Amino acid sequence: MADTQQLTGAEIIIKALLDQGVEVVFGYPGGAVLPIYDALFKQNRLRHILVRHEQGAVHAAEGYARSTGKPGVVLVTSGPGATNAVTGLTDALMDSIPVVCLTGQVATHMIGNDAFQEADTVGITRPCTKHNYLVKDINDLARVMHEAFYVATTGRPGPVLVDLPKDIQLAPGPYIAPGTVQHKSYRPAVKGDPRRIREAVDLMLHAKRPLFYTGGGVINSGVRASELLLELVRTTGFPITNTLLGLGAFPAGDRHFLGMLGMHGTYEANLAMHGCDVMINVGARFDDRITGRLDAFSPNSKKIHIDIDPSSINKSVRIDVPIIGDAATVLAEMLAVWKASTKRPEAKSLDAWWRQIDQWRARDCLRYKSDDKIIKPQYAIERLYQLTKDRDTYITTEVGQHQMWAAQFYKFEKPHRWMTSGGLGTMGYGLPAAMGVQIAHPESLVIDIAGEASILMNIQEMSTLAQYRLPVKVFIVNNQYMGMVRQWQELLHGGRYSESYMDSLPDFVRLAEAFGAVGLRATKPSEVDAVIKEMIATPKAVIVDVCVDPKENCFPMVPSGAAHNEMILGDEQGAGSQARVTDAGLALV
Amino acid sequence: MSNVQQHTIAVLVDNEAGVLARVIGLFSSRGYNIESLTVAAIDKANNLSRITVVTSGTPMVIEQIKAQLGRLVPVHKVSDLTIEGPHLERELALVKVAGLGDKRVEALRIADIFRARALDSTRESFVFEISGSTEKLDAFIGLMADLGMVDLSRTGVVAISRGVQGL
Repeated sequence: MADTQQLTGAEIIIKALLDQGVEVVFGYPGGAVLPIYDALFKQNRLRHILVRHEQGAVHAAEGYARSTGKPGVVLVTSGPGATNAVTGLTDALMDSIPVVCLTGQVATHMIGNDAFQEADTVGITRPCTKHNYLVKDINDLARVMHEAFYVATTGRPGPVLVDLPKDIQLAPGPYIAPGTVQHKSYRPAVKGDPRRIREAVDLMLHAKRPLFYTGGGVINSGVRASELLLELVRTTGFPITNTLLGLGAFPAGDRHFLGMLGMHGTYEANLAMHGCDVMINVGARFDDRITGRLDAFSPNSKKIHIDIDPSSINKSVRIDVPIIGDAATVLAEMLAVWKASTKRPEAKSLDAWWRQIDQWRARDCLRYKSDDKIIKPQYAIERLYQLTKDRDTYITTEVGQHQMWAAQFYKFEKPHRWMTSGGLGTMGYGLPAAMGVQIAHPESLVIDIAGEASILMNIQEMSTLAQYRLPVKVFIVNNQYMGMVRQWQELLHGGRYSESYMDSLPDFVRLAEAFGAVGLRATKPSEVDAVIKEMIATPKAVIVDVCVDPKENCFPMVPSGAAHNEMILGDEQGAGSQARVTDAGLALV
Repeated sequence: MSNVQQHTIAVLVDNEAGVLARVIGLFSSRGYNIESLTVAAIDKANNLSRITVVTSGTPMVIEQIKAQLGRLVPVHKVSDLTIEGPHLERELALVKVAGLGDKRVEALRIADIFRARALDSTRESFVFEISGSTEKLDAFIGLMADLGMVDLSRTGVVAISRGVQGL
């Protein structure tokens, strides 16, 4: 201990962040973090981005993390600073995003006394973080800081919170460099069981109607996992579908890709899930938006599940071959075993399966009625895709119909380009997330595909865009309704549009101008291209208000409580457009 | 559900602030049952505590409970004693019985049959200590209820595997 330097707690925190390779912190100051802000002021290596609301700080950190693969870092004060961060932390937990959140806390001797701006932060955030710490001894501080990064980024990633009492920030203590501590109990698995991998490959070699079903775990595993997945899919010749969070892990333009599956997934992806005989799940978790009615979910398949989190296995769906490990490591092993085998799946069956899939594809389930007077939301996103696909583009979304249309109509070829709130479904995610992405990729085109309702939930972050001159583009698909709520009310509640229409929306063009950004509007299909081109050409933040058909619904749709083969298609497809929702389904969200 | 089973699970955890809250919070937030839960420090040098939790659920739920427990950062080991071979389960109860005359004599007689010890006695009351299986305690407590039981404190189950192997 004699040769370790003595620093103040605040200095230890900054030094630990730098040693962890952190370049940027998203935060908002307050009484209980003033010593840390003072230490920030005295250095110039760590950049701080001042958000306008703590929820925005966490979403920005999530956007930063998802687009770089590095952990996002948040710094907020005690009490309301911490409680405002809770939605973002829950979002990061649900979507397995590595975030380290530092919160100020009242001095240790004040804890439990209902002090000013005191909240039981570790108590409140225990269920919405992967792990959290309250540092009550300065000698633990450096170790806890490094451990927080280790826990957040390894295994199944997630948010980790460190609660820092003010007296600890001021106290002198020792600094320990990272890498010198080994965790006592936390040991995430990386390598899959070789016996299980052989078993899985054997199932695949005997498959007649196989299907890859892959999720965010592939993206979290790193770019290598996506490359291996592409190689495995092309080597086997099997079809593949992605979850909402898995989009981009496999190139959408590849002929093996069936599109997204689930509630608003494609006809071919959902019917392939229903009809497959061997399912290979890589890093997805059988979310209820994916499975629909569980007892009718892919009834005739043997299921292989690769996941780094043992608790994801057999949670809701019975698995035949579980493989616990990191996606890239396991995929590499699988490829090796496949290549070493002399056996190959029966070509006749595989051809028949592809012919069946091509028939489903021919339904062209995303087709919509085009119109030359009113802008269809699908058209707006299709044009956005066409005009931005050849650029260095990152897309974030808010939550609702526009999010599903973006997932359906924006085609991702690479991982880390698509940031959306999947598990928690947080309206207000997209703008701050885009901010975080733009910080990480200052030269890239970053677009938040938004709805007019969601965007108002964190609109204050426009002010942050102005402060840091971030050229984020907000592309509002404005239908004047909380569209997804309205769609459900139409299909499930007899068209009684209870509170889903927002009167008195702001003039988004003038709102943009008030924040020092540029506002643009399109009201006719003929204006869409020009507006998008102008948006791209504008070297600063832009809000584009695209006034779309307020009545358009998002199809295909597997209603709550229905099975994949009971999907509703849009009017354009004709058949089966009548919703059949059971009472049991009505109770589901 | 007909295939609901009771399992006794031993969990070795870091003896640190909040660890019990993590375990209990996990059970309540995911809707798992807790039949009983005991916790105490068992290794001061390595700062470890042992939690014994008796829970019930379908095999799929039990598997989830173990996986979820294993995922908590301060958890070192999760052991399902019910499926990992023969094990012993014991519980301890303190039972206060108040009364006079025949009932008092009867209480003492039954305590003797159950090998319960009288820890405290006044002219109008006894405090018995009894240990054994949950079923034995239930039987004893059921009898005492009719004989003037006024207070009851139970520890919940502690358990350990038979044989040479440690946790």
